[in-house]
Amino acid sequence: MTQTILTVDDSRTMRDMLRMALAEAGYNVLQAEDGVHGLEVLQTATPDVIVTDINMPKMDGFGLIEAVRKDSRYRRVPILVLTTESDAAKKLRAKEAGATGWIVKPFEPTKLIAAIRRVAA
Amino acid sequence: MTVDTMAAIRQTFFQECEEQLSEMETGLLAMDEGNADSETVNAVFRAVHSIKGGAGAFKLTALVQFAHTFETALDHVRSGKLAPTADVMKPMLRAADVLADLVEASRDGRDIDESSYAAVAAEVKALTAANEEEDVEEVIDFQPSVIAFEMPAIATEPEAPPLHEYLIRFVPRPELYANGNEAALIIRELSRLGSIEVSCDATAVPDLEAIEAEGAYLTWDIKLSSQEPIEAVREVFEFVDGEAEINIETDGQPGVSDADIAALLAKALGGSSASEAEAPAAEIPDAGFKAAVPQSELQANTPAEPVAAPEPAPQAAQATETPKAAAVPAQTTIRVEFDRVDRLINLVGELVINQAMLSQRVVEANLAGSSSIVIGLEELEQLTREIQESVMAIRAQPVKPLFQRMSRIVREVADATGKEVRLKTEGEATEVDKTVVERLAEPLTHMIRNAVDHGIESPEARIAAGKPPEGTIRLSAAHRSGRIVIEISDDGAGIDRPKVRASAIKKGLISPDVQLSDNDIDNLLFLPGFSTAATISSISGRGVGMDVVKRSIVALGGRIAISSRPGQGSTFSMSLPLTLAVLDGMAVSVAGQTLVVPLTAIVETLKPKKAELHGLGKDGRVMSIRNTFVPLIDVGTQLGFRDTPADPENSVAILVETDGGTRNALLVDSIQDQRQVVIKSLETNYGTVAGIAAATILGDGRVALILDVDALLTSSFDNLRSDDLRYGTGG
Repeated sequence: MTQTILTVDDSRTMRDMLRMALAEAGYNVLQAEDGVHGLEVLQTATPDVIVTDINMPKMDGFGLIEAVRKDSRYRRVPILVLTTESDAAKKLRAKEAGATGWIVKPFEPTKLIAAIRRVAA
Repeated sequence: MTVDTMAAIRQTFFQECEEQLSEMETGLLAMDEGNADSETVNAVFRAVHSIKGGAGAFKLTALVQFAHTFETALDHVRSGKLAPTADVMKPMLRAADVLADLVEASRDGRDIDESSYAAVAAEVKALTAANEEEDVEEVIDFQPSVIAFEMPAIATEPEAPPLHEYLIRFVPRPELYANGNEAALIIRELSRLGSIEVSCDATAVPDLEAIEAEGAYLTWDIKLSSQEPIEAVREVFEFVDGEAEINIETDGQPGVSDADIAALLAKALGGSSASEAEAPAAEIPDAGFKAAVPQSELQANTPAEPVAAPEPAPQAAQATETPKAAAVPAQTTIRVEFDRVDRLINLVGELVINQAMLSQRVVEANLAGSSSIVIGLEELEQLTREIQESVMAIRAQPVKPLFQRMSRIVREVADATGKEVRLKTEGEATEVDKTVVERLAEPLTHMIRNAVDHGIESPEARIAAGKPPEGTIRLSAAHRSGRIVIEISDDGAGIDRPKVRASAIKKGLISPDVQLSDNDIDNLLFLPGFSTAATISSISGRGVGMDVVKRSIVALGGRIAISSRPGQGSTFSMSLPLTLAVLDGMAVSVAGQTLVVPLTAIVETLKPKKAELHGLGKDGRVMSIRNTFVPLIDVGTQLGFRDTPADPENSVAILVETDGGTRNALLVDSIQDQRQVVIKSLETNYGTVAGIAAATILGDGRVALILDVDALLTSSFDNLRSDDLRYGTGG
């Protein structure tokens, strides 16, 4: 069963890297460019895991997580945040917003896949 | 990932860097102007942050490190720790330049000597050093990790390390589930590390009526035999640290891990005790569930136990419903090779010519205006024009990137000359053909350098003149009657006309007794040989004079004009065609030839009457139009089509206006019509002809020349001057 991952990142480079790493690992990949766009995609598709950046225009990662958790369909969908460096404060903030876990950028594809596997049923 | 895909992403990265650098520059300039609202600061921060992120993936260490330093300073501005004052923005803008250089160097695979920007880096670091120590640590802490795309799965050491026995107690709290984690998945992950035995204590599960749907009631005891070190085991619990009680004993040693402490702390703070923390909604309270199973089996088992699972794992349910190939959000842009666009443009050019020929044939066939062929042809003409405009729009680009480059030039030249200059830009969204944008870079750079170096005075001189110490250069772009007009104006000292005149006399460019209007003197700057080493400093230098600037503008089908007021500054105004491919023109007949006059130059057409005509000098003539005298230029004799001047009363006068606002009347035999013509370069195919801008192909297949109105007027004045006639060029 192919799992679908939604990645939300404003950087095209990062989107491309996520897409390639995930597609290579056999996932179906959906992409959005910011939080608002991410919520739009969630109207039409139901991903198994959401991977989101924090710093984005329009709606940042925290805002996206909070909005997703408020939606009864997505209360329990695993959400991984992408953070540069191991910023403890940011992780905590993401956890408070309802994030499931995190991936440190720049990521290794193997680590990315491992993190997804750890949260995806 | 293959080398190819990595190369493609790399290319994307650098393209994106360009956009981010542009965004950053815009934001920084706005901040410098005092508009440091959170939106702007965030945008700049994000741009630098993204560059750093991407650079890390490509191991561009120098870029990552500098971006990090820069980002830290921006973060301080963002959080309000650092006010974006002029003293702060100066180093920030310099840092922006360094970042741009580093991106460029990384793209080209060059190394930049760190010492060349160490001063800027230190300056930026100093901005934040005062109010933060943690950043220092962070810089050391941050290491761009190596991205190994072809890396094999982790546990493949050839030699078998010793087997560890881990005893893990795992007590999830409700938050663990609320945040989308899942105990079963964590156990599955543990099973990947080795063989596991899992037992579940469900004694805390209350009676059905007392069960809280989202409560957590289970305690898991896991025995793991693995060759992996304890770090690998802890990593499995990384995401649920703080959301569960986790205790790991290694080889019989009670482990006191960070996780334990965190769990204990959380417990103490949250006041939750073992008696109330328990069984997860989606969990299976199967006390007898013991497993030494591979993960796949465990996974299969988990949802197969529906006992007292008030809320079945939603992910599992969704997974089966997920459409396999859900639509990917559409991209708003596509990248097309420039060659393809050019080919399209050439083809459209041919189409325009072909359509003109067809029109000609229809005219020759003498068909009635109402015939379906004529009507169809009109529609074709309309469509052709629309296609053409659409194709042109593909090549159109905003001048913004070009303008942004100029702000850097201003900073550099201002720094080098000790002047204080601010660049204000307007109309950056104005679009013009890509080729025009590209070919404008060089002349514009030169003019901006000139404006800072020669136009703006030193802060002391400005204060003495009662001006603010900081000079302003305005760079604006706007569409005006089918052309783009770019203006560079400074609030400097203006052109020192006596000095310019003296200099021109000294260089033998004009004779000492010639009388010149202010406008004439200003235009001396454009004479070849005027700007020589004596008048240009090392900054404006590079051996390029204003004559070269003018030549490149003219080569683009453009015109340039100066206006200057002593003590108040100068304005250079350039008007350029929006495209280099087609032109709206008026076809006229002169001595049996068809010529095309660019429509943009034409003000009106008139039929001269005898009373309006006056002689001037030996064979010069002027025409009186609404009480002003306008030089009358006989195109036929001027271009050498005939020797005897045309009879004005049997001719048509076309009133044209040059960039300087000068009006002249061109005398032609008759007007044919107004049409769009495809420009074919004469220089490439034949050679440069004075007074002729280019050529085109007419409907009947003949070649018609397109007049270069400005050049035609200039050469006509040269003739007049040689007749020793003097008057100002002002109309």
